[in-house]
Amino acid sequence: MAPEGARQHANWSPYDNNGGTVLAVAGENYVICASDTRMSTGYSILTRNYEKVDQMSPKTLMASAGFMADAQTLKKTLKARCKQYEFQNKKPIGCVSFAQMLSNTLYYRRFFPYYAFNIVAGLDAEGKGAVFTYDAVGSYERTNYSCQGSGQALIMPVLDNQLKTVSPLVLPAVSSATPLSEAAAIELIKDCFATAAERDIYTGDRVELWIMNADGVRKEEMPLRLD
Amino acid sequence: MIPRRVAHNPIIGPGVVPRGVDAEYDAACARDDARDGPATTTHAPASGRAFTLDGKAREKAPTTRTQTPYVTGTSALGLKYGDGVLLACDTLACYGSTKRYKNVERVKKVNERCAIAFTGELSDFTYVCNLLEELTTEDFCEDDGMTRDAEEIYQYLTRVMYNRRNKFDPLWNSLVVAGLKTNGETFLGTVGMIGTHYEDDHVCAGFGNHIARPIFREFYKADMTEEQAVEVMRSALYACVMRDKQMMNKFQICKVTKDGVTISEPFAVPTEWGYEKFYNPTKFSETGW
Repeated sequence: MAPEGARQHANWSPYDNNGGTVLAVAGENYVICASDTRMSTGYSILTRNYEKVDQMSPKTLMASAGFMADAQTLKKTLKARCKQYEFQNKKPIGCVSFAQMLSNTLYYRRFFPYYAFNIVAGLDAEGKGAVFTYDAVGSYERTNYSCQGSGQALIMPVLDNQLKTVSPLVLPAVSSATPLSEAAAIELIKDCFATAAERDIYTGDRVELWIMNADGVRKEEMPLRLD
Repeated sequence: MIPRRVAHNPIIGPGVVPRGVDAEYDAACARDDARDGPATTTHAPASGRAFTLDGKAREKAPTTRTQTPYVTGTSALGLKYGDGVLLACDTLACYGSTKRYKNVERVKKVNERCAIAFTGELSDFTYVCNLLEELTTEDFCEDDGMTRDAEEIYQYLTRVMYNRRNKFDPLWNSLVVAGLKTNGETFLGTVGMIGTHYEDDHVCAGFGNHIARPIFREFYKADMTEEQAVEVMRSALYACVMRDKQMMNKFQICKVTKDGVTISEPFAVPTEWGYEKFYNPTKFSETGW
């Protein structure tokens, strides 16, 4: 039994917050998934080159902020399960199925959660952009834009203002995809990161954008504040 | 928990304090029982109470001896240069704030193209070394001339560290892994106690992350020669020894290139203590003694 009062020795926590912001925007026929590349602990920058976006299948991108060891383990597990899916079904996993699988994988660890805040971005069966946003224990929702991580509070309201779309309850149905063109969305995302980097010490160094459309996936980069 | 008592009673046996001998002790036992219920130790004799075996406490709490570091090494530094990688640390293992073991090699050669250095618990590092030794033996027994490259060692250690944190029984180390990849490129990465890991052109584990890393960020160039890299490394070591209490002025630098792993003889960096203010600290002070 530990004595009352202050501990005299070093203590540890199984979790850390390594910061970072991830963001995704879905259009009618494209999707963009972006993240900064800073990895921090406390007031220290560990590396300026930690890429948080991964391609999980031909039509699926995934980005995670939070505790990097959990995020990397999660991605490793999911990549293995994507391979298994491909062997069993003779086709790569689609982004909607992947989104459900991620939710199940997170909830499987409900009582020792992965401290990772994820966004899945991809093109669905109709080739339409899709964004799925999660909490740490697997609650998720399909949206057309989302932002997670340390810069969430700074970026999300801007996206709400710029990209809000017609309610899905309206009849006749109106597409929920963002009305922006691909090029305009790229500019908006770059501005969002540049803005978040001004005030959030855990966001900075570089932003990488993965742009997925019918032609495939390409990457763009932009430098951010280094301080 | 009741206060631990040492007693020897020839009838009841060693290590048991019988009740009815010490009123104060009996009161402590009664207070303890009222709070936790009677001790459930099966060995407890009816007339007394075992003083070491508190069955309930042992069932409730896991071993925590492994959850704090005892003998520790401080910073480990790593730096890439043109065609190799440097690793550096001092040769000290502390027992708390005591400089306990002053001649410890804190770098380990894993194979011809990989070396690791550590911060944190010395015995946990020894255990990590044993794991790597097993891997090396496996590689040797395969007899196909293949060894694991630095990146593979790094990935392996990442999983080991993360798995132990999942068991809530972490290895109290940060590790720096340096070496070459199979394609000949240099590799430098670090793994933390809870599995946090990253690769970079320069890394520091431990307190050096605050002191040496800014020096690396300032002076690192991708195409440095070995001499230039050693110079940067020595200035980083100098900064560490001046500001880190746990650092000693006796260092080793380990170099990994395509020609293999070499660990230098211990050396010291020159320090200057002959300043006027050191001789006569109160000379210019307006207050104080």
